[in-house]
Amino acid sequence: MKRMLRGMLAFTLLLEGSLALAAGAPVFETRLDNGLKVLVMEDRRAPTAVQMVWYRVGSVDEVNGTTGVAHALEHMMFKGTPKVGAGEFSKRVAAAGGRDNAFTNRDYTAYFQQIPKERLRDMMALEADRMRHLTLAPAEFAKEIKVVMEERRLRTDDQPTALLSEGLNSVAFQASPYRVPVIGWMDDLEHMTATDLRAFYDRWYVPNNATLVVVGDVDHQQVVRWAKETYGLLKARPLPVRKPQDEPVQAGIRRLTVKAPAELPSVLLAWKAPKITGMDAKAMANDADSYALDVLAALLDGYDGARLNTRLVKESRIAQDVGVGYDNVGRGPALFMVQATPAPGKTPAEVEAALRAEIARIANEGVKDEELVRARAQMLAAQVYKRDSMFAQAMEMGELETVGLGWRATDLMIERLKAVTAADVARVAKAYFGDDTLTVGVLDPQPLKDRPAAPPPSGMLH
Amino acid sequence: MSVSLAVPRHFASPAIGRAFSRVLGRALVPAFFGLVAAGLALPAAAGPRIDTWTAPSGAKVLFVESHVLPVVDVQVDFAAGSAYAPAGKAGVAGLTRGLLSQGAGNLSEQAIADRLADLGAQLGGGVDPDRASLSLRTLSDAPTRDGALAVLRTVLAAPAFPADVVARERDRAVAALKESLTRPETLASRAFWQNLYGDHPYGRQATPESIAALTRDDLAAYWKAHYTARRATVTLVGDLTQAQAEAVAQDLTAGLPAEAANGGASLALPAVTPPKATTVAVAHPAAQSHLFIGSPTFKRGDPDFFPLVVGNYVLGGGGFVSRLMKEVREKRGYAYSVYSYFLPLKEEGPFQIGLQTKRDQAGAALKVVRDTLAEFIAKGPTESELQAAKDNLVGGFPLRLDSNRKLLDQVATIGFYGLPLDWLDRYTERVKAVTVTQIKDAFARHVQDARLVTVEVATDLPDAQAGAAR
Repeated sequence: MKRMLRGMLAFTLLLEGSLALAAGAPVFETRLDNGLKVLVMEDRRAPTAVQMVWYRVGSVDEVNGTTGVAHALEHMMFKGTPKVGAGEFSKRVAAAGGRDNAFTNRDYTAYFQQIPKERLRDMMALEADRMRHLTLAPAEFAKEIKVVMEERRLRTDDQPTALLSEGLNSVAFQASPYRVPVIGWMDDLEHMTATDLRAFYDRWYVPNNATLVVVGDVDHQQVVRWAKETYGLLKARPLPVRKPQDEPVQAGIRRLTVKAPAELPSVLLAWKAPKITGMDAKAMANDADSYALDVLAALLDGYDGARLNTRLVKESRIAQDVGVGYDNVGRGPALFMVQATPAPGKTPAEVEAALRAEIARIANEGVKDEELVRARAQMLAAQVYKRDSMFAQAMEMGELETVGLGWRATDLMIERLKAVTAADVARVAKAYFGDDTLTVGVLDPQPLKDRPAAPPPSGMLH
Repeated sequence: MSVSLAVPRHFASPAIGRAFSRVLGRALVPAFFGLVAAGLALPAAAGPRIDTWTAPSGAKVLFVESHVLPVVDVQVDFAAGSAYAPAGKAGVAGLTRGLLSQGAGNLSEQAIADRLADLGAQLGGGVDPDRASLSLRTLSDAPTRDGALAVLRTVLAAPAFPADVVARERDRAVAALKESLTRPETLASRAFWQNLYGDHPYGRQATPESIAALTRDDLAAYWKAHYTARRATVTLVGDLTQAQAEAVAQDLTAGLPAEAANGGASLALPAVTPPKATTVAVAHPAAQSHLFIGSPTFKRGDPDFFPLVVGNYVLGGGGFVSRLMKEVREKRGYAYSVYSYFLPLKEEGPFQIGLQTKRDQAGAALKVVRDTLAEFIAKGPTESELQAAKDNLVGGFPLRLDSNRKLLDQVATIGFYGLPLDWLDRYTERVKAVTVTQIKDAFARHVQDARLVTVEVATDLPDAQAGAAR
């Protein structure tokens, strides 16, 4: 969990910097007549390219009874069209020397291929084909949904901290579809049909709901020509009205316990927090707290010597590990999350109190300027490091564009983050960490019932 | 496969890790895959220009000059992996590596962390069976670069092993291990390596007891004997001139501990004795069974490398287009993740097939895997499968080298294992030269039924009900 939350933060910072690619590769933006947004970054360091297609549809667009349909559809996107048979898509990518995959999140679904640059146009033709012509054969679906259920067992059902986080989301959110796990509830998967996927596909997989991102050793005019020849042939269709489903204000602490086989407990605290709402002047002014919370997250857990790790893991040794996650870029509401594993012999209650005391300390005593300077240095270096990966750059542009902030947001965000002051950080530490908007999840570790009574023979577990 | 990025890798990328941590991908490959791919996947046209020399300190150096980004990446690998742990000291390699950056010279652990963060530098690394590694990524402007390298030099040459920090990290390591021993994937992996390698150092594993017994002196002694220039390989990639690279490499390694008068700790590892075919079952209440099949196979530098790697692409290495994926996942929906790989090491590293499946279908899934493997060993790939494998490995060669990070991984592997410097340059021609006959021949010799170990964790198969190793 720590690794996950730490990782999240690193990318958040990264996200905030970026197309400070002022010094980096240029980005070209176009919109085709059918509404497809096209973003091309010419990065000529190697003879390769990455294509991604991002759909603005994810689990947040699902309805009760068919949770997990966005992700199940993502799996079925590899199961063929009239032109390209089941399994043929990946075969063609492989034959081109490429690698392909896809991912689904609450806010979006995206598909990508990393290829030698000569094969880009072929990939665009393939990707455009399945944007509209998916077969969705029931026989293929019957097999693939079993794969998805295995995926759920692997990632969630047998993972204690994943169960905790799934449970916490479903308690912290009541109206927002963020309450539902991206992979879907098992019972919904068991009752899902190819028809459910067909309806979802027809509704959301249209060029005017998608962004094409290409990064690599390419010519942007050529890429746009190819986009017109491939994606350009598809027709725009009206999108359904998206209901806001705003989360009501939480008024009172919520607590949950999850029991699962484990050795140590885990504590997960989640406060309702603001997110970044836009990039225009008015939004930028309104979002001041969100930027300050981002910096707070960095001061709490931005590197090995940050406050939580130093105080709780190294000094008081109350925690085995700690982590902070604050994802303020999304279509739905944001949570400021703090996680810790109590050290052996320490209780979840003690750890919860210690975590909250650290935030209170910032609220009461403020932070040092040197901490802010340090967080900025890390953020700015990350902007440069990011340019080492075409994939990471494509991810960033695609995500920002798809959640509605626009790919240019990074430059503006980093400017805002640089402007955050010690007083701002203390202000948000005071404002957002009360009881009333808090949800606390605790993993209650259970013995492995099937564990052999005697220690395993030394020949087995040395 | 995207999910491999979510799995902590040997040298994880936090950026990508975050992106995928809250995202579901379409397939999962094991953590080791990245490492393997690094070794197995060096195909292509021509590799980068690699300069190599021995620093006055005695350390071997490899350097790839690239001014594309204002960044320098450094990796220092030592023959100090877990296999070099003295008998009874399992766990010492990992704990020693971890402690290096937690107090060194006149810098406290807080000062080390603060200084690197102030510079925006990132220190990473880890331990595998053969290697203990430290990696540093820094901006290349002189004050930043020199400041970051000075920290790395101190960490390498003057770790303090503060007693209180050692005690704390030992306790944390014990707790983390106990936690991971509740996880079916950990139990499966440990049983796999243990039963492949028995008493060979590759089979020895840290236990809560072995870690708890480690002392500060054990760590200091391990560092002194194993973090010497003779055991070090320095790999530099990025925005440096040749002269700067020479100075950096010498500077980083000049202060390493001196070799003992008797020649120091051995670089050699014992020979691997192949196991007898066996099935090991470990009980666990998980919803899914974790199933592994494998055996020790070949060393780095073995001429069978190319037939095995190209063949494995067809069997279970080629992601969505492999036979295992087709048979187990695509046709039957038995698993989300199924794969095979070779991990060549200093001594015979493992061949491994792995999958997870709902426990009531573990027997059926295992049968499919065994049949697929037997068929492949008997007949090898078809000509068209072989061509598809070559198309991917040859065509995709540039993807292996299109970032400094990837170059660093590749070149460090070449350096540490002493592979020829034209390894990358000749990769694609060697892939292209592989024949069906060579693959059949190599698999028949390296993947023998009589040596295959099967590990079943969390199954209801008869073996599992016994709840013990056989």
